[in-house]
Amino acid sequence: MRGMQKLKRDKIFLLLLLPTILYYVIFKYMPMFGIVISFKQYEVFKGIWESDWVGLKHYITFFQSPSAWNLIRNTFLIGFYSLIFGFPAPIILALLLNELRQNGLKRVFQSLSYLPHFISIVVVTSMATMFLSPTNGIVNELLGFLGIDPIPFMQKASWFRTIYVSTGIWQEVGWGSIIYLAALTTIDPQLYDAAEMDGASRGKKMWHITIPGIMPAIVILLILRVGNIIDIGFEKVYLLYNPATYETADILSTYVYRTGLVAGNFSYGAAIDVFSGVIGLIFVVTVNHIARKVGENSLW
Amino acid sequence: MVKRLQPFDVFNILLLLLFSATVLYPFIYMISVSLSSSAYIMRGEVTLLPKGFTTHVYETIFNSSRIVTGYKNTIMYVVFGTTISLVLTTMAAYSLARKTLVMRKQITFFIIFTMLFNGGMIPTFLVVRSIGLLDTIWAMVLPTAISAWNLFVMRTFFQGMPVELEESGNMDGLGDIGVLTRIILPLSKPVLATIGLFYGVAIWNNFFSALLYLRDSELFPLQVVIRQLVMMGIITTEGQNSDEMEVDQAVKFATIIIGTLPIIMTYPFLQKYFVKGVLIGSVKG
Repeated sequence: MRGMQKLKRDKIFLLLLLPTILYYVIFKYMPMFGIVISFKQYEVFKGIWESDWVGLKHYITFFQSPSAWNLIRNTFLIGFYSLIFGFPAPIILALLLNELRQNGLKRVFQSLSYLPHFISIVVVTSMATMFLSPTNGIVNELLGFLGIDPIPFMQKASWFRTIYVSTGIWQEVGWGSIIYLAALTTIDPQLYDAAEMDGASRGKKMWHITIPGIMPAIVILLILRVGNIIDIGFEKVYLLYNPATYETADILSTYVYRTGLVAGNFSYGAAIDVFSGVIGLIFVVTVNHIARKVGENSLW
Repeated sequence: MVKRLQPFDVFNILLLLLFSATVLYPFIYMISVSLSSSAYIMRGEVTLLPKGFTTHVYETIFNSSRIVTGYKNTIMYVVFGTTISLVLTTMAAYSLARKTLVMRKQITFFIIFTMLFNGGMIPTFLVVRSIGLLDTIWAMVLPTAISAWNLFVMRTFFQGMPVELEESGNMDGLGDIGVLTRIILPLSKPVLATIGLFYGVAIWNNFFSALLYLRDSELFPLQVVIRQLVMMGIITTEGQNSDEMEVDQAVKFATIIIGTLPIIMTYPFLQKYFVKGVLIGSVKG
């Protein structure tokens, strides 16, 4: 009866947890069971349980559709480019801030760099849309000044990834640098003093002390980022793309939104949801597995 | 010790100044255009400071019922949603911070698992619809009520509090709830402020829930109104003339500015608390 006694003792704390558990059951676990509709032909009047089973029909339809490959490629490519350009950016910013000797200035730069993180995606994408407008956007006015004809950036599929990745860096680089700046403060200052006595240059100190000092943080964050590589914000793509750029911009989640939710093919959309969820899970689990191994090794 | 400014320092400062400019300039530019008169905007003469200062577009905006409704809705969602989120998160985090809690491991895993896998957009939509949240204020509050990340940041904070606090509370005859409300919470103001601000900003910026769960334009939050304005343009006002397009641009910028202003105004507070929040979160519990 020890279990019962414990339950009784912790009664109040379990009660405090109850609303949160209910939240997770309703908004997270019920949708997981709702996945069954991807194996059914969902009909509104019949509901989830009464609708007919169709097996893997929706999955097969998706993989045979001409858009499937393009969607998967776009999802991975946007994730990949965000990673290779977006990952080093905060490290570089942190190193530059770290080299700054004027503490007041450093604080000002730092505070400014976080600001975009708090701006909504709607506002960031609206700004991008307006600044890049071919008729009265400031970027095209500037290009006109240099004698370049206006470019309809938002209508060009070839520009989509660049816009997506660069606005992403603009918004998150400062926020991302916080963790590295924190890691930098843990480096023993005696190392720098010793290097100074040996006559090491600033570049050498950065290369041999600073970067190795934050390497564990870099490795861990890189692993986490790779795990979430296809976890691309639906909102931002939705807000930036349009039919003219679907070719490079359309990703699994935006396709689910259009063909599944808006057009009402709930079962078909859910099948693609499940597919992308499983791929995401495989990535996270694999990468966490690797992280654990790296974690063990780094003990040496 | 005085250090001489080396070429690298100059280069570094210039680079960081340039970076700061790319952060600040878009906002300065938008504010200036929104405060300039249309003739100057049309000729593309506004670059840094407003020219032909006028607050005309702001008057237009505050006379637009769509924007005013959006603003009111967003404020309502933020106040209501942040309260609910913060109360639930605090209760859960405090309980999970107890090392002796029965089934602590299982409950933690139950929450962490949802960070790794979820049902996806459509099954979630169907659940939200089936419990009747579509086109209600709850749609903006409940589906995103608890963030596992915030929950674990708070739990880590509570775990860092000395056990003696609770023991002394108990000796003074306080029950478990009394210890929480009389002793723990007053000492937790910084973390409550941090998490409250995180939730508040997230709700202020939330576009996704509105896109999926709201059809009734009377319930639209500001973000949806901004989006509609920028995409489709023009607050329908009578008597628009030839410089419609340029005024239109000013109106859009002004809308973006008023939609962002509360974030920028609370930024000093955000600043003060959020770095702490991030750093608490990065320490394993």
